[in-house]
Amino acid sequence: MSLILDKINYYYGKGTAFETAALKNISLTIPDGEFIGLIGHTGSGKSTLIQHMNGLIKADSGSIYFNGQDIYDKDFKMTELRRKVGLVFQYPEHQLFEATVIKDVLYGPTNMGLDKLKAEVLAYGSLRAVGISEDLLDASPFELSGGQKRRVAIAGILAMNPEILILDEPTAGLDPMGRFEILNLLKAIHEAKGITVILVSHSMEDVAEFAERLIVIDDGEIKYDDEPRKVFAHAEDLRKMGLEVPQCTELMGRLADRGLDVDRNCLTIDEAVESILNGNRRK
Amino acid sequence: MLRDLTIGQYYPVESVIHRLDPRTKFLGTIIFIVALFLFKTFWGFLLAGGFIVSIIALAKLPPKYVLKGMRPIIFLLLFMMIFNLLLTPGEVIGEWWIFSVTKEGIYSALFMGLRLIMLVLGSSIMTYTTTPNNLTSGMESVFGFLKVFKVPVHELAMMVSIALRFIPILMEETNKIMKAQQARGADFETGGPIKRAKALIPILVPLFVSAFRRAGELAEAMEARCYHGGDGRTKMKPLKYHKRDLVAYLVLVGIVVGEIFIP
Ligand SMILES: Nc1ncnc2c1ncn2[C@@H]1O[C@H](COP(=O)(O)OP(=O)(O)OP(=O)(O)O)[C@@H](O)[C@H]1O
Ligand SMILES: [Mg+2]
Repeated sequence: MSLILDKINYYYGKGTAFETAALKNISLTIPDGEFIGLIGHTGSGKSTLIQHMNGLIKADSGSIYFNGQDIYDKDFKMTELRRKVGLVFQYPEHQLFEATVIKDVLYGPTNMGLDKLKAEVLAYGSLRAVGISEDLLDASPFELSGGQKRRVAIAGILAMNPEILILDEPTAGLDPMGRFEILNLLKAIHEAKGITVILVSHSMEDVAEFAERLIVIDDGEIKYDDEPRKVFAHAEDLRKMGLEVPQCTELMGRLADRGLDVDRNCLTIDEAVESILNGNRRK
Repeated sequence: MLRDLTIGQYYPVESVIHRLDPRTKFLGTIIFIVALFLFKTFWGFLLAGGFIVSIIALAKLPPKYVLKGMRPIIFLLLFMMIFNLLLTPGEVIGEWWIFSVTKEGIYSALFMGLRLIMLVLGSSIMTYTTTPNNLTSGMESVFGFLKVFKVPVHELAMMVSIALRFIPILMEETNKIMKAQQARGADFETGGPIKRAKALIPILVPLFVSAFRRAGELAEAMEARCYHGGDGRTKMKPLKYHKRDLVAYLVLVGIVVGEIFIP
């Protein structure tokens, strides 16, 4: 089970005065069960890239293989891909439309052709997973708070039982608490179900803490594809692409520059604290 | 897909035509349309056609882009031409079943078609070369005399300008929502008419919600900037006529006179 992108190229507005190359020669392998962070500056092509992964955008050249099958094959079932690769768009709460929360979450599973009972089992399960309490199930989705709406929207995708879950900036516009909750939720889903998660983000802190693998895209090209620690070692390069390293890494780097005995590759606050204490002890 | 709809969308390049005063372009388009209905011969057509082609060239609009914008009217065009061709009485030159084609019919279909094409071309050149903002302040100024009759000209112009501004935004929004629902397994292409109509609900509801939300936000933002309608409101960039506008009017008068006197 895997998703392989092979030399993908894509242009917006092909053949007009507005033609822009959005993706250039992208090759990627996404095996099972990874937690991947996808980062890049505004307009670098992140959203365009992830829409290729479930066939919403067709590449101008290159191929994509899902579990060994070419998704651009004539007899490939695109609906099957859409189900197995769940894509949560930016501001997914803008796609809610049903009269009640539960009906909205049922939309996906019903489209898959599941019978009512199975669909409901999936819908209830995913609403529980995202932490929406029972008494909200019959509320109108438009009456919920921003964070709750977003959870419902994520549940709508989860209810299709995807093998790969892709989220486009799921924490945009949420307060720190809401962000933390959503990210932990993703981590929990990832661990409990073992599904692949691809997290598109602007926040280095988020990806540093949660992702096992980091893909950096700049101007439609993949610049780095490695463990977060190794990627963030290239602070200077990242800055040139309009990206930052996590604040902790930045701080530890500066401390190390001043001759303190600390590890400059710390990614999280906990690691930084540990490293500073250790450095002290060694003295 | 929806993005391919080029008719009426501002095309950003530098040109004399782009720099013309919006009033000139607005009145000029009206004058040109009047002139279109004056000619009756091939020479008149040549004058109008030559004029429009030179304007497109002057405006640096890619012919392909302009032609693509004509696609939506192809049906109307064919419809009109066929009716004119078959239903004009006169000297019969060919018959087939219950239809007969007359010499006058051919002329009339040809000229109607050409007129319609040039009419749409003429007015789309105006929108291709004028930003929506300029277009509406031009209209506001041209129709300003109606204020005497208590017509809320400024408010109407503001409504038009907001509507124009929102067209591309709503199109993009539609596109986005469609994709989001497709990601949830929505299928807009198969099934009978009822199923297809039903499939639109998941697009239309979020679209309306978002349109109302945007309208509300815009109203609030306008209020926060103390917008209170047209009275006493001045412009940051007042419209001003330049020499090139005079030249443009003279050329237009020339075209009208030409169309009247060409045999
Ligand atoms: N619908 C579109 N039509 C034309 N060009 C587009 C469209 N969508 C994106 N682009 C262009 O393609 C490039 C990549 O856009 P994309 O949305 O993939 O960026 P992104 O990395 O997701 O940015 P952000 O972080 O702001 O979401 C940008 O230069 C953008 O201007
Ligand atoms: Mg994006």
